[in-house]
Amino acid sequence: MKVTVDEDKCCGAGQCVLLAPDVFDQREDDGIVVLLDAAPPEELHAAVREAAAVCPAAAIDVDENA
Amino acid sequence: MSVPSGVVVVGASAAGLATAEALRRKGYRGEVSVVGAEPHLPYDRPPLSKQVLSGAWDPKRARLRTEETLAALRAEFVLGDPAVALDAGSRTVRTASGRVLGGDAVVVATGLRPRTLPGQDGLSGVHVLRTLDDALALRGELKESVRVVVVGEGVLGAEIAATARGLGAEVTMAGPQPAPLAAQLGPMVAELLADLHAERGVALRLGAGVTGLTGQDGRVTGVRLGTGEVLPADVVVVAIGAEPATGWLAGSGLRVADGVVCDSRCRAADGVYAAGDVARWEHATLGSLRLENRTNAVEQALAVADNILGAERHYTPVPYFWTDQFDAKIHVFGLPSATAEVSVVEGDPAGRRFVALYREDGRATGVLGWNMPKQARLHRQELVAAVTPAV
Ligand SMILES: Cc1cc2nc3c(=O)[nH]c(=O)nc-3n(C[C@H](O)[C@H](O)[C@H](O)COP(=O)(O)OP(=O)(O)OC[C@H]3O[C@@H](n4cnc5c(N)ncnc54)[C@H](O)[C@@H]3O)c2cc1C
Ligand code: SF4
Repeated sequence: MKVTVDEDKCCGAGQCVLLAPDVFDQREDDGIVVLLDAAPPEELHAAVREAAAVCPAAAIDVDENA
Repeated sequence: MSVPSGVVVVGASAAGLATAEALRRKGYRGEVSVVGAEPHLPYDRPPLSKQVLSGAWDPKRARLRTEETLAALRAEFVLGDPAVALDAGSRTVRTASGRVLGGDAVVVATGLRPRTLPGQDGLSGVHVLRTLDDALALRGELKESVRVVVVGEGVLGAEIAATARGLGAEVTMAGPQPAPLAAQLGPMVAELLADLHAERGVALRLGAGVTGLTGQDGRVTGVRLGTGEVLPADVVVVAIGAEPATGWLAGSGLRVADGVVCDSRCRAADGVYAAGDVARWEHATLGSLRLENRTNAVEQALAVADNILGAERHYTPVPYFWTDQFDAKIHVFGLPSATAEVSVVEGDPAGRRFVALYREDGRATGVLGWNMPKQARLHRQELVAAVTPAV
């Protein structure tokens, strides 16, 4: 799995961090997403898929085939 | 209920798409059809009053998924063909073109339709903003020094005023509240918003109701206030709220009362569910709720997908929305109100970077961050205990 984020779309909601804190964080100053792990381990895949779905800015992309 | 062999989703936007995707993610292999009134593939609404209206984004950027991703969903999209009737008993949906779709589960995700002012329909130059087509029509009229009156001082009105002002238009915001979002966020934050808008050159004509529009030769010329005064306008945007799009459910057998009425599992009838802006459900700790925000559309859709597959899950989210106005990025968790006690728990309102906590009867009810998204999200924890039902 390969995860990418679009900082320009991100609205700083932090919903991704609530669901997968090992994969996403937010910048202190403006709350924009920080990708901690672009190739997360299998046990986190379900949480990452849910974070991508819930992200209210549609800023997270998950490539399942990578 | 056993796993359904077919699911019909009505509404092809945030909540409808999220329902279809969640069903597939959870391994559902039956048929999924998604019926949409608009001709467009699913797109996102929050950018419509922000990046799409300002022109910063090409409208294509607001698409929720690429065509490839949608194709991989293996769902049938029936677009540009609104549902006109539902029979909840037999779970059959009929569309305007006469198509009949049946499933053993139906999901209502038809969102809202904007309220209008009397006499608005016959006049050019008057706009609402709910769809992509609305946004493009309005953008076409927003030019430098055009006189725009925004009727409505809620989230949508305030965002449109800010974006239009950013394009150089001469903007006036009108509405009955004393300050933008006063009813929702209380006087302290509303006054800061009023200061921000005034500083950036938005004329505030608040505290007076709007009674109608004036026009000449079929084109709008102004907005009439309850005081009798007329605010001259080249363009008027009516943002006075919206109503659940439930007209097509007349005779369906579902209960509609400011939204499709659902139980705590988002179920409106046996095998019929609702998600997103159109859904009113029983939140186990917050009571009967209907939320109009982007995160709820998806979170509720996930709960509905679980329940279609037999989960019996109560839906108990911590509500969340954000709004961007000029350089203010405001994030709101929980249910703040105008009567709550508000205290600043981080940062400083004077520096326009702070987190405020809302309390009622000693209980935390809301958290608001102004240009402090991460810190606001951390304070959200204070609401979780109050909102999550005891097991
Ligand atoms: C301009 C704008 C800005 C916003 N900004 C923010 C923001 O900053 N933050 C935030 O949290 N939220 C924001 N929102 C709210 C957010 O966009 C909504 O909460 C979200 O779109 C709700 O999703 P939904 O799928 O429930 O409804 P909708 O997105 O309204 O989708 C419903 C769909 O159903 C279709 N439909 C209606 N009737 C029928 C029918 N009879 N048959 C078939 N299809 C039908 C409609 O055409 C529509 O495509 C904004 C909304 C707007 C309009
Ligand atoms: S959930 Fe989406 S919008 Fe929110 S911080 Fe994460 S990437 Fe950004």
